[in-house]
Amino acid sequence: MMTVTQDGGPFEFTAENRAEADKHIAKYPDGRQKSAVMPLLWLAQRQNGGWLSREAIEYVAGVLDMPTIKVLEVATFYTMYNLRPVGRYHIQLCGTTPCWLRGADTVLKACYDFGLEKGKVTHDGQFSLIEVECLGACCNAPTVQINDDYYEDLDYQGMTRILESLARGETPPPGSQRGRRSSEPEGGLTSLTEVEQ
Amino acid sequence: MLDDKDRIFRNLYGFQGWQVDAARKRGDWDGTAKLMANGPDWIVEQIKAAGLRGRGGAGFPAGVKWGFMPKQPDPARPNTLVINADESEPGTCKDREIMRHEPHKLIEGALLAGFAMRAPHAYIYIRGEYQAEARRLQAAIDEAYDKGLLGKNAAKSGYDFDLYLHQGAGAYICGEETALLESLEGNKGQPRIKPPFPANVGVWGYPTTVNNVETIAVVPTILRRGATWFTSFGRERNAGTKIFCISGHVERPCNVEEAMSIPLKELIERHAGGVRGGWDNLLAVIPGGSSVPCIPKSVCDDVLMDFDALKEVQSGLGTAAVIVMDKSTDIVRAIARISYFYKHESCGQCTPCREGAGWMWRVVNRMAEGRSSREEIDMLWDVSKQVEGHTICALGDAAAWPVQGLIRHFRDEIERRIDHYTAASAVAAE
Repeated sequence: MMTVTQDGGPFEFTAENRAEADKHIAKYPDGRQKSAVMPLLWLAQRQNGGWLSREAIEYVAGVLDMPTIKVLEVATFYTMYNLRPVGRYHIQLCGTTPCWLRGADTVLKACYDFGLEKGKVTHDGQFSLIEVECLGACCNAPTVQINDDYYEDLDYQGMTRILESLARGETPPPGSQRGRRSSEPEGGLTSLTEVEQ
Repeated sequence: MLDDKDRIFRNLYGFQGWQVDAARKRGDWDGTAKLMANGPDWIVEQIKAAGLRGRGGAGFPAGVKWGFMPKQPDPARPNTLVINADESEPGTCKDREIMRHEPHKLIEGALLAGFAMRAPHAYIYIRGEYQAEARRLQAAIDEAYDKGLLGKNAAKSGYDFDLYLHQGAGAYICGEETALLESLEGNKGQPRIKPPFPANVGVWGYPTTVNNVETIAVVPTILRRGATWFTSFGRERNAGTKIFCISGHVERPCNVEEAMSIPLKELIERHAGGVRGGWDNLLAVIPGGSSVPCIPKSVCDDVLMDFDALKEVQSGLGTAAVIVMDKSTDIVRAIARISYFYKHESCGQCTPCREGAGWMWRVVNRMAEGRSSREEIDMLWDVSKQVEGHTICALGDAAAWPVQGLIRHFRDEIERRIDHYTAASAVAAE
């Protein structure tokens, strides 16, 4: 039977993350430390290699003096908490309409052709792929998020290049893959032309 | 067309620095204490006079909303400003640019708006996916504390004000204001029944106002340049400038700040290089983020981009995220994908939304293949009407409207597919 959580071995924050956790807790009014559950789960996930084990969830509950079930409720509600191990490079491909209109399907095909499968971690543990909902970078569609970084203005070749580069252990530069600074119109500004660039 | 000198976000694209020194050169933090010396009520009056309507989708007048906050707060329940940076409505990507390229406009706006509503603190709730943006914004907040612009005697105003950043973790529903407050309290993001309204009982039981990033970030400029300057753009009741996000089948997708009430066609042709293949190749536009009903080319030809004009054509300005679809678009699939989005993002609390969003998605998906009937189109319309307006929050409406827009304008396309599929099945059966 598939359980909601998976064991991952003993867990506790490093001294550095414990200090970081305290900074988060201090943001909220006295007696409201439970508000820090999301940032603490996020810290735990990072420390744990990109996913939340049962022990990590129980640990966070202990730090915040919350019932484990309340923390589990949060961990299962929000899609960015991974309750199973993910690859070293966790690829979140946006498939929502604005990205789809600009060719998200071909970007997905590039992932498939590279040997990735939705919802699976590759055997070497290097890559995992999921389709996500709108990443909020629609003027630079199609977009994928790899770990923390957005890769934008993608096409089949661009996505393939990024995957090959990651496989070689390199860090391809995030952002637009077509040389745009951000979300300005490509090939010449139509506004802010009088502003000193 | 809007002059560059009238653009609020002069570093929208990030060609200049985001730090406080560069921000000051753009006019940020100029005489902030002097503005505050006019008192909180003066600020609220200015924002009311400017006719600033919320930039997050609902378009409620910001000054009026601030006026709901207690004038004599109970120290045990301090007034609280919460800034909604959970930008997740498909098509929308403007707040991201503000946070990474103009963070000081947002921070100064938080101080001024917070002071206006007598709040000693504000919380910015940023979507979890925006990791780089959160790092940038936190760096700008730290910088503001270092320079004495936040904290004790913020910007030498004599007012103490704290600003905190809180990161989400992937849930569209947290853009709904009461779901956001639940999330900020450390719970699942499930909307609350109103009343009580957040201005009475908000986060941790404190009187709370929730405003979108863009709404807050334009406040300092409005106060400096005056309400009359702001109302000189856009039609009556639709004042100001606005960041439009133009995505989909245009030659050059972009964010751009323009005057409200600009014609849709002019917006697309002037800034986004026009529709791919020319204006006549346009099929339809979703003018305000994925939740608003699409409008066909015939409406796009002369519609204005503001709250009232888009409402008149049975759509909405929403977040001003313009999703353009040319004639190569499979419009039924495009809407089916939006239906999938709302099914995925329903928090599951209300039955009409939880069950209805999934049901609508499955039916529209079949209709894309033609595996349906004409009667079922009527049933789909009917079900969408039973979801709309029958849920705690607007996600039910957001799930229903795209489907209604599809049926309203593209019923013949659905019927064509049904006829084609029915005929093909009859042949196969022979």
